[in-house]
Amino acid sequence: MCSGESKTNYQFPGTKVGRLRAVFVAPSATVMAVLFFAPLLIIVAYSLLSRGPYGGVMHPWTPENYRRVFDPLYGQVLWRSIWIAGAATALCLILGFPLALYIARAKRHRTLLLNLVMLPFWTSFLIRIYAWMFLLRDTGLINTALQELHVISQPLPLLFNTGAVILGLVYGYLPFTVLPLYATLEKLDPELLDAAEDLGASPWSALWRVTVPLSRSGIIAGCLLVFIPCVGAYLTPDLMGGGKTVMAGNLVQNQFTTARDWPFGAAASLVLMLLVLAIMQILRRRSEELL
Amino acid sequence: MYAAAAYLFLYAPLAVLSVFSFNASKVAMWRGFSWEWYRSVFHNEALLEATINSLIIATVATIISTAIGTLAGYALWKKRFPLLTNSLYLSLVTPEIVTGVSLLAFFEWSFRFLHVQLGMHTVILAHISFCLAYVVIVILARLRTFDPALEEAGLDLGANEWQVFWRVTIPILLPGIVAAALLCFTVSFDDYVITSLVAGVNSETLPMRIYAMARKGVSPDVNALSLMITAGLGVFILLAGRLERR
Repeated sequence: MCSGESKTNYQFPGTKVGRLRAVFVAPSATVMAVLFFAPLLIIVAYSLLSRGPYGGVMHPWTPENYRRVFDPLYGQVLWRSIWIAGAATALCLILGFPLALYIARAKRHRTLLLNLVMLPFWTSFLIRIYAWMFLLRDTGLINTALQELHVISQPLPLLFNTGAVILGLVYGYLPFTVLPLYATLEKLDPELLDAAEDLGASPWSALWRVTVPLSRSGIIAGCLLVFIPCVGAYLTPDLMGGGKTVMAGNLVQNQFTTARDWPFGAAASLVLMLLVLAIMQILRRRSEELL
Repeated sequence: MYAAAAYLFLYAPLAVLSVFSFNASKVAMWRGFSWEWYRSVFHNEALLEATINSLIIATVATIISTAIGTLAGYALWKKRFPLLTNSLYLSLVTPEIVTGVSLLAFFEWSFRFLHVQLGMHTVILAHISFCLAYVVIVILARLRTFDPALEEAGLDLGANEWQVFWRVTIPILLPGIVAAALLCFTVSFDDYVITSLVAGVNSETLPMRIYAMARKGVSPDVNALSLMITAGLGVFILLAGRLERR
């Protein structure tokens, strides 16, 4: 997520090259202005208005919506989003690091092994969630099988709880941790580990004191790629939490549909967006310190 | 050992779902092989209509966002436009639900002046907006390995700037453009959150249909459909990959 400018600052020699460039940028700039910034501005305006009698928006201007977002009732939703996303990120790292290490150190078929991790990403996200629902439901495969085998008499409550939401998020975003981790681990000079061994380090302490610190940029990138979509997740808590584990995304969606309190929903979505940006900024600064 | 368990974790749910799409019974116990659910998917009018909608939306959004994103990526490679670059990154990290509600609010607000309604066109516009950042990033990554001397050579040989772009740069960039289009298509075809917010009455998409069915409970139709979508996307990616290599 760094700035996207390229290193090349090549100029066409003595031509009126600026014109073509401006023309090329224009359509994208228009799309971004009309379909990204204008909607965002409307949300900013709405967040400062009051709710109208029929679910519309009306004057006067008020900061009331923002105060409500941090009410204990809604504040806890925000807090829950943060800790669930944090837990999912931590689990992704714990599960993804050994896998990335295995792929980076594999003698053969590295590309194949990496592609196999990325492949589920190309199938539908909705279907991947549905696959877990099929396994975990009260009438799902696991509960049915256990009942047929007379291990349990009542179905276990596997779905529609916070644990299921975290499982769904980890399953959905694990590939995003493996990819950046692999990219840094692959570049790691194996001689460093030989040196550590020669100096008497056990494999475990070599891993902990050489490999992990050197792959910090990959770890931070992996954290960003998982935490950001998780904190704003809507679909996973909605389907796997069954409406019981309400995260910030569900709160926003509900305000814009069922509750029809657009000003409050607008304030909540801006707070969510600022949260994401703040976390990005913190993690980016961390990784820059290293460079 | 650990790696095997990790791959199992990634693939087992999808594999189980595929196997049970051939189950003769509605319950989650194996009762024999059957094509029943595949047959019922093909007789499900709503599902077919949703699939066609999804294909139309993904195709149009992919073509437009790939075209304008490629141009923007090329321009950004030559010169910095920090405002555009930063807004593209910002759109990439904005939570989907926030993008969705802001587009909804924007469309509803603008409809006061333009007498139109939510529908397929609003979905397509929304998809173009969130696909654009993906295209620009893929194209920029591709251009980092592109040698500007090739363009200089073209200019020295008397081609104008546009001819160089069209005859030299675009052909070399083609694999990147295909990759970008592929990414757009899958992201657009799969999107639920933004689509469901900006869709109108006659623009139900496949993910919206699947969502409704998944919500209702056990529905073996979805199992069959899942395998077909996964296989369909797989074939699509394989074909595009082959095209890219050529």
